[in-house]
Amino acid sequence: MIDLEKGEPAESHAAAVHAAKKKEKQSIKCVVWDLDNTVWDGILLEDREVTLRPHVVHILKTLDERGILHSIASRNDHGVAMAKLKEFGIDEYFLYPQINWNSKAASVTQIAKDINIGLDAVAFVDDQPFEREEVAFTHRQVLCLDSALLDDLLDRPEFNPRFITEDSRLRRRMYQADIERNREEADYTGPKEEFLATLDMIFTIAPCREEDLKRAEELTVRTNQLNTTGYTYSYEELDTLRQSPRHKLLISSLEDRHGSYGKIGLTLIEMDPDVWTVKLLLMSCRVMSKGVGMIMIHHVLRMAKEAGVKLRAEFVSNDRNRQMLITYRFAGFKEVERHGEVALMENDYSAIQPPPPYVDLRILG
Amino acid sequence: MDETQLKIKEFLSRFFKSHDLQPDEDIFSLGFVNSLLAMQLVAFVEKEFGVSVGDEDLDLDNFRTINSIARLVARKQGAAA
Repeated sequence: MIDLEKGEPAESHAAAVHAAKKKEKQSIKCVVWDLDNTVWDGILLEDREVTLRPHVVHILKTLDERGILHSIASRNDHGVAMAKLKEFGIDEYFLYPQINWNSKAASVTQIAKDINIGLDAVAFVDDQPFEREEVAFTHRQVLCLDSALLDDLLDRPEFNPRFITEDSRLRRRMYQADIERNREEADYTGPKEEFLATLDMIFTIAPCREEDLKRAEELTVRTNQLNTTGYTYSYEELDTLRQSPRHKLLISSLEDRHGSYGKIGLTLIEMDPDVWTVKLLLMSCRVMSKGVGMIMIHHVLRMAKEAGVKLRAEFVSNDRNRQMLITYRFAGFKEVERHGEVALMENDYSAIQPPPPYVDLRILG
Repeated sequence: MDETQLKIKEFLSRFFKSHDLQPDEDIFSLGFVNSLLAMQLVAFVEKEFGVSVGDEDLDLDNFRTINSIARLVARKQGAAA
């Protein structure tokens, strides 16, 4: 699929194939659990004792290690239920638990919004057919599962990411650090930029190494929103690109005083003698509120300008990546050609900005 | 400044706090315009003024100054009316 030797700009056919590949690879990023008669046997507010279901605990821990997150949609008393989860020692596994008297469809919406993932990446587990039907009726994309039928869950392809990387193992903790950051941010009354300055961010851009390839592939598959083209590349393709003299494959990472966000960005540039083309520029949605996408683009602008070449970028619109279009356009890219759904943009370098003072930008060779 | 310009100024002032932004002052000259500001600015224009900013309107020059944003809004509102 990737032409390493010849200089054709990406054909729309290639883009279509990439898009199709992407759809098949759609996988679950978060499981939303009911509590009564799902996570535990019994009804918390009626029975004297509820018993934790051991196979559910096994599923929670196994998926957590695979980088799949968990949350809760339960009609219960929030305080009582959280205390019970704590007593069972499993409270830390759940992000943004929705324990209230609202509809579960509304809870699922809230969780997807808080975690910042699409509903097609959510699974919902409940013992009550009514609840499953209500969620499925409102959100057709959500995978609804009967809690009595979980035996094969760990083997299902939707719950088996192709690679388990260091970033996937740490994913929940990275989200928890984010929750802490967001809490501080919500309490901060000054301008956004001043808040960003309090984070002591370090943004690192480095050539993709062999040990980064699994994460690089994972990023191309998982990232929909902050993704300029949505092209996905296999481990093997990325390994070839990494070593290709005609390409730059850059991986970026971010950390701040709350800890690391891990490897959160990938950029692929195809270099021809007179023109460089950015084939892919993506950032994990976890760093959306940090505004680092623009920093990456301006780094590419500076590199290309220094190399004395024209800089172009491909862009393929999907229904979620408008922010990347805005970022490209605000960095001075203008559409010059269109091949089917692939827009080819060019930058005249008139809008280059130095990196912002609140980020320590580190470029590794 | 008219109401549209004042609303735009108020919005932008959240990002450039200790600065009295002038109608023709280039916001890109004031500091780094990050992806977040870019996105929020477009969302603000659409929501506050009830216009739809098309892909073709996303030109940098439409968003450089209070006045250029106000002109974009007027153009869009005129087109919709």
